[in-house]
Amino acid sequence: MNAQRSEKLTFALLLAATIIVVLPVLVIIGIVIKNGVGAITWEFISTAPRDGMRAGGILPAIVGTFCLMIGAMLFAVPLGVFSAIYLNEYAGDNLLTRLIRLAIINLAGVPSVVYGLFGLGVFVMFFKFGTSILAGAMTLSIMNLPVIITASREALSNVPQSFREVSLSLGATRWQTIRHVVLPNALPGILTGIILEVGRAGGETAPILFTVAAFSLPFLPHSVFDQCMALPTHLYAISTQVPNIGLDVRYATAMVLLAVVLIVNFFSIMLRMRLRRRRQW
Amino acid sequence: MVAPNTGDSTPAKVATRDLSVWYDDEQALKSISLDIRHNELLGIIGPANSGKTTFLRTLNRLIDRTPGIRVSGQVRLDGRDIFQDIPVEELRTRVGMVFALPVPLPMSVFDNVAYGPRRHGIGNRKALAELVEESLWAASLWDEVKDRLDEPAMNLSGGQQQRLCIARALAVQAEVILLDEPCSGLDPVSTSMVEDALVGLKENHTIVLVTNVIAQAARISDRTAFFLMGELIEVDGADKLFTLPADERTAGYIEGRYG
Amino acid sequence: MRTTTTPLQRIWEFFVEKLIFLSGFTAIIFVVLLFLFLLKEGLAVFKTVSPQEFIAGKSWYPISKPPQFGILPLILGSLAVTIGAAAIAVPFGVASAVYIAEVAPPRLKEYLKVGIELIAAIPSVVIGFIGMVALAPIVANVFDLPTGLTALSASLMLALMAMPTTVSIAEDAISGVPREYKEAALALGATHWQAIYRVILRAAAPGILAAVMLGIGRVIGETMAVMMITGNSAQIPHTLLQPVRTLTATIAAEMGETMRGSPHYTALFAIGIVLFLITFIVNFTADLFLRRAEARR
Repeated sequence: MNAQRSEKLTFALLLAATIIVVLPVLVIIGIVIKNGVGAITWEFISTAPRDGMRAGGILPAIVGTFCLMIGAMLFAVPLGVFSAIYLNEYAGDNLLTRLIRLAIINLAGVPSVVYGLFGLGVFVMFFKFGTSILAGAMTLSIMNLPVIITASREALSNVPQSFREVSLSLGATRWQTIRHVVLPNALPGILTGIILEVGRAGGETAPILFTVAAFSLPFLPHSVFDQCMALPTHLYAISTQVPNIGLDVRYATAMVLLAVVLIVNFFSIMLRMRLRRRRQW
Repeated sequence: MVAPNTGDSTPAKVATRDLSVWYDDEQALKSISLDIRHNELLGIIGPANSGKTTFLRTLNRLIDRTPGIRVSGQVRLDGRDIFQDIPVEELRTRVGMVFALPVPLPMSVFDNVAYGPRRHGIGNRKALAELVEESLWAASLWDEVKDRLDEPAMNLSGGQQQRLCIARALAVQAEVILLDEPCSGLDPVSTSMVEDALVGLKENHTIVLVTNVIAQAARISDRTAFFLMGELIEVDGADKLFTLPADERTAGYIEGRYG
Repeated sequence: MRTTTTPLQRIWEFFVEKLIFLSGFTAIIFVVLLFLFLLKEGLAVFKTVSPQEFIAGKSWYPISKPPQFGILPLILGSLAVTIGAAAIAVPFGVASAVYIAEVAPPRLKEYLKVGIELIAAIPSVVIGFIGMVALAPIVANVFDLPTGLTALSASLMLALMAMPTTVSIAEDAISGVPREYKEAALALGATHWQAIYRVILRAAAPGILAAVMLGIGRVIGETMAVMMITGNSAQIPHTLLQPVRTLTATIAAEMGETMRGSPHYTALFAIGIVLFLITFIVNFTADLFLRRAEARR
């Protein structure tokens, strides 16, 4: 009886701890919406900033963030998915693949600001892209690689071996088997990982701080070699570098950024849930 | 070790000579020399882990996929060495495989049968439709699925799925069909339908049927081979092997001593 | 159907497979490139300061004349924030991992997992912003400080940011303990909690340890939130109620103002090397634990 009562108490404590872990997120989202929603107008999301960013809107930052998200994926998706195909479909378990695995784990752990340094050294300086959308997108894509590789690899390895054997036993080549049996069935899982990283690319600040970001640039970018504004760097700038900006404008910027990132994440979660329910094998 | 089984004068469709297979250090097949004749239905029986599945997977080189595998000896298809003279894709097209549990690909019935031909470059819709119908016919499945071609293959019953797998192999014009305990998951009615389909196919195909049901081998095979611990103990006409086996281990297995 | 593939197909396939092989190495290539570039740009700092002065020097005055590049205050700043965050994240993280893996009913479990993922989704600049405008005033109030931008405020927010990593990996480790262990304990008359405490947690220990380490790795590498909440004062901290400055924030805050190739610029890359090495060691060790956990199953 005593043991049971203390067990109940323990479980209640565990539940309390869990709530303390999860609750702050909801509080944060709540605070941002409550304080930001008032400043969100059509003008705010459809025009460029004026008066040293104290008035006007944040359209260039929104456009810049979308450019970076798309640009990062253009590099990261083919590289990441092909890399996962290599690891799961071609390579065996040997010293080389263990090294690759270690490299992936290590890449995943590198601080985002170190990616920023790398992007500055390699893309901005060495390849002379300058501070530009191209340099930032490539920096972000390398940061996105480990998750895309890992998620894709997992999705590939969830496709039953028997499907591969059927395809091969009908005389299909290895690539045909991957292309027509493995990839179609791994696609939802791969997409889940990709979408998750789209959100991350949109929300990261440190990697683009010295590779793309313009402090204030009230135009839309014209080419990949242009600098651009982005939502996270904009929020950082108006929060720390520009005095006398209305708190509601800052909250509204945070809210737009949060909305972009959370909507993207929502798609990823939905896709995964559907996938789990629909799996037929 | 093995009584010569090459007494028949017609050249073998598939012939193995001293075929041995190792998984890392463990020998799974020990020097198998066996001729599989044109258009016969060869049954292979034996207890679990006797090398039956390894033998089948070697014949169309699916075994290449297994890490740590080593093969020695020869396998010839129509006199050509399958490891050296025949590209592996061609080999697998000509030597089809049907697995123990039916594996319909997650697509429609039609697409399942058309999968192989499409990979081999047949894109013409009419030609594909004809090929699919022919193959399903030959696998004795056409009447049951002709109105359900667009349904997911997963919706078919187990027995239908297994015949679909046979049709799929037929659609790439397989000459030899390997079946690895194809009825192990099926009820008696479905089993007999698969068996009927196999007997019908014998006319134009060479069939190798691994089975753990001795009675099934006795029912439909022309000759039966008995494998034990990676060795081919004996191979003979079904009528003889099941009534008067030459080796006492065969007799023991048939009487149920090895389980 | 003998001659099945056309030459064109074969050439296409050849190139695709070559591309796949090449892509397989991208991870290695980028890790090596990353490290080499950091070395190339960063090692030059030792023309200005000796390694000892750099690591153990107590003053970081990069723009004074002559500049001083001692990163000890920054290391200690990172350490203070990390210890503070870990002190919160480890108990709460492991407790919620246990709850989610073992106690929560399936429906609630799904919701909680989504909630944990949401934390990971929130951009760190938003966390930093909230910490700055919402949390710091509260901290200043409670402890009666001139500013709430302190190591403590940063630790609180960073603890939150460590959660997704810590909870999800620890939860995997706990869920991965074979059912038989638990059933055996229950069959011997243990209560559910006793089974968790004495059997499951013990079996999952390497995985939980890895979860904690990876969470800490996340905290050490975090940049924007700490830059906005710590107060950014490069002094050796004595309590958590002081403003501090971390390694990461220093790079992010100062890189914009440096001249390429200047001692200051190289010093920031040298800090990048230090960060790279720290996270490499943390992740490598965590991976060793994870693999041990896997091998145990």
